[in-house]
Formats: sequence, C-alpha cells, structure tokens
Amino acid sequence: MANDDDDSVGRRGFIKGAAMSAASFVGDPHGASPGGHTHDRDHDHDHGHGHGHDHQDHDHQTVPADIALRVKAIESLLVDKGLVDRAALDAIVDAFETKIGPRNGARVVARAWTDPAFKKRLLADAGAAVAELGLTRHQDEDLVVVENTADVHNLVVCTLCSCYPWPMLGLPPVWYKSAPYRSRAVIDPRGVLKEFGVDVDQKVEVRVWDSTAEIRYLVLPQRPPGTEHLTEEQLAALVTRDSMIGTAKVAAAEGAAR
Amino acid sequence: MNSVHDMGGMHNMGRLEREANEPVFHHPWEGRVYAMTRATRTRDGAWCLDAHRHAIELLPPADYLRMSYYEKWFAVLTNLLLAAGTTPEEIESGRRAPGTAPAVPRLTAQSAPDVVDLRPTARRDEPATAHFKAGQRVRARNIHPTGHTRLPRYVRGKTGAVVRDRGVFVFPDAHAHDRGDKAQHLYSVRFTARELWGETASPRDSVYLDMWDDYLEHA
Repeated sequence: MANDDDDSVGRRGFIKGAAMSAASFVGDPHGASPGGHTHDRDHDHDHGHGHGHDHQDHDHQTVPADIALRVKAIESLLVDKGLVDRAALDAIVDAFETKIGPRNGARVVARAWTDPAFKKRLLADAGAAVAELGLTRHQDEDLVVVENTADVHNLVVCTLCSCYPWPMLGLPPVWYKSAPYRSRAVIDPRGVLKEFGVDVDQKVEVRVWDSTAEIRYLVLPQRPPGTEHLTEEQLAALVTRDSMIGTAKVAAAEGAAR
Repeated sequence: MNSVHDMGGMHNMGRLEREANEPVFHHPWEGRVYAMTRATRTRDGAWCLDAHRHAIELLPPADYLRMSYYEKWFAVLTNLLLAAGTTPEEIESGRRAPGTAPAVPRLTAQSAPDVVDLRPTARRDEPATAHFKAGQRVRARNIHPTGHTRLPRYVRGKTGAVVRDRGVFVFPDAHAHDRGDKAQHLYSVRFTARELWGETASPRDSVYLDMWDDYLEHA
C-alpha cells in the first residue's frame, strides 16, 4: 500500500500527537490515572514506605507505581482483541529469561579459539558460521564478528537506540541502553573502557562500532594466556557477556561473573 | 530527527552505572511489555521495527531521558495502539469496545518461537545501484531529516572511507513512515576519531558506522 507524502505526514502528525498525549497519560505520575484513583496517592504511598525496606527497583528513573496494573490492562486488551495470546507472551519471556543469553556467544567464541578453520569462516561470514553450531534456526546473515588482537580493540555501541546481537547475547543490560554509555562510547571509548577496568595501550587501535543499521556486531575477544589445556567447554565458561561487547577482556580464571 | 535519542558525543549524561548479576527483566511487567511489542511487531506498517524506533524518538525529550527503557516501550505500545484506532476507554478498561471484532490471525504459543527466532530481515535481494565502493573517500551528507533517520548528528559533514559494501537493505528513513522499502546499498564506513572529535582524539582510533547510499556523497 503506497502512501503519498501528504498521507504520511498526516499519519506522522497523528502519531506525534498521540505520543504527546499518551506520554503524559503514561509517564506523568501526577496525571489522571486510568483506574480512577490518583497517582499522587500512589506516589506518596510508594515514597512513604520506600525508605523502610530494601527496594528491588534497579531503574534509576522514577517509574510510576501502578505501571504493572496498566501493563496488565493493555495485555488484557490485546488478548481480547486477538492480537496476542497469553501463552505466546509467556513463551517469548521464557525464551529470553532461560534460553537466549551470552552462553550462545560464548560457545561461538570458544569454538573460534579452538578451531582455526571455524574462526576463519566466522570472521568471513558469521551468520553461516553460527548456524553450523545450531544456534539459530535460520542463517542470521546480518551478524558480523570483529576480532580483538594485540593491535586492535573493538567496542560495540548503539548511539541511537539499543541495537545489540541478542541471538548471541540475549537482551542488553541496562548500562548498554543508558545515556551515559551511548553518549560516551564514540567520543571517549578509552575513558569508558577504563571505567570498565580495561586499560588499552596507546599503541593499540580502538575501533568503535556504532550499530546504526541492521548489522549486529559481536566481539571475538582474545584468548587469555595459560588456557591451552582447557577444553572448548571450559573455555566457553570463561567468556563473559561484556567481553563480547568489548567492555571487558577474558580472564584465565573465574569466568562465572557475567 | 534531531532529538535527544541521537546522543553520540554528548556530555553530562550522568554516571555509567553497572549492576552485578542483572536480571533479564527487573519486573514481570517489563517482560510482558517486551513480549507484547515483539508479538505485535510481526504486523506491518505502523507496527514495523523502524516505526517502533521512530515512535520512541517522538517521545518528548524530557520523558525520553526520565523514563526507564521498558517504560518507554510501554508508552510507545500505548501510543501505537491509540494511533491504530484503539480508544482510550479500551486502554483503560482492558476490554475491546462493544461490537468490535477481534483481529485474526491470533499469535499462538506454537508460533511464538518463530517470532523470537525469525527477526524479519531488512536485507533485500533486489538489485540496486551501488554508488560507492570499498576504498573510496566519502562524506556523510549534512542533512537534517525531520523524520526517522539512522544518520547520527556527530558524523554529518565528516569524511571517512568505505570499508565494505554490506549489500542491499531497507532504508529506514522511508520504511518508518510507510513509504516503502526504498532498498539501497549499505556500507561500513570508517571515520577516524580525529575527523570526528578533533586533534585531542587518539590518532589511532576510529568509529565505524553502517551508512546507506542516501547518507553519503563523494569526498
């Protein structure tokens, strides 16, 4: 269906208008609430008890207290409209909580460390190479693997949003999606790396990959010295999520920390 | 669109805070918002990935910076539903308006794994003229699209080198606005840190961006 520019602009204006109104509807803790009670009371309630017990809320921004209820209402509506099915949503959440995570990328890295022919294929055509490991049901042709060496250190960011190689690493951590990381990674990569505890020698070239398109980048970290005796499985256990983003190096010991 | 989402190179965005043993979702509602967004993204037009990104960019800047990641997604899910004709009453009540029919086809638990695995690819097989090739010097055009764009401000007007032609991809500047694919070649372009940030930057470092034909001109 082809839309001419006028239609498109009209739709854009509509969406923009909806964005403005819905942002205040959704985001303003002092606005009218869909449930008929006021946010003010919820907000005060939240604060009144907030200091008395340990918050499990790790968001640094203020999240409206009743957002969980409003999400439930939208879910009910989408189910009622036939747009989603609760079991399907359960399956998607479960996939990202239990199946798709940095273990996938770690397997790829460990294989590349132990199989030079695989590594060559991985760097030439990452999509086809990871499919060899059965990690995706289809060939993820838009995956690119960049290799850290003694001379080059790679760092991945998405300055515009949150693009991330999720089939390999799962969903990104909050810091990857945060304004401090997105703003600084391109202008001060060495400063960011230092905060992550990674000192990059001045002689080493830092390459920052800003994920502006549908190409997804995975860093192949350097294999730590002293791991020659380890099996592929043991090596995979050393590989951390951050090392595949480029904000960490792989240490020979203690690979449990993600 | 020149808004706060385009934050590459900005200062004063706060401390970089990391969380040990971070859960995938911090609250159950975040997982539901994520899943609902992924589920509805199987649909076309206003529900495509590019339109979703643009809808997030359209959030008022103060809200964009204040809201948590999934709070933004929830706001956008609500906005897209409103834009698609859902009434505020339906959103408040959680029930479709009396007399309206449910949509088909319904996403089922059986089809959910496909939603997760089969990200609709933005790559296109159709032929397109490649205006640049590896090794050429290029300049990112100094343009300021008011709609969706993936051309960050920090690179506009800067000169770099084409490293690789990545093939033909959907052009998000058109696709986000339902103006078709406008598929074109996408290139990996290397910009030196000094070109982008001046003489105080490391002479060795560089930033690579993926850039469509329409973002580039010969330098």
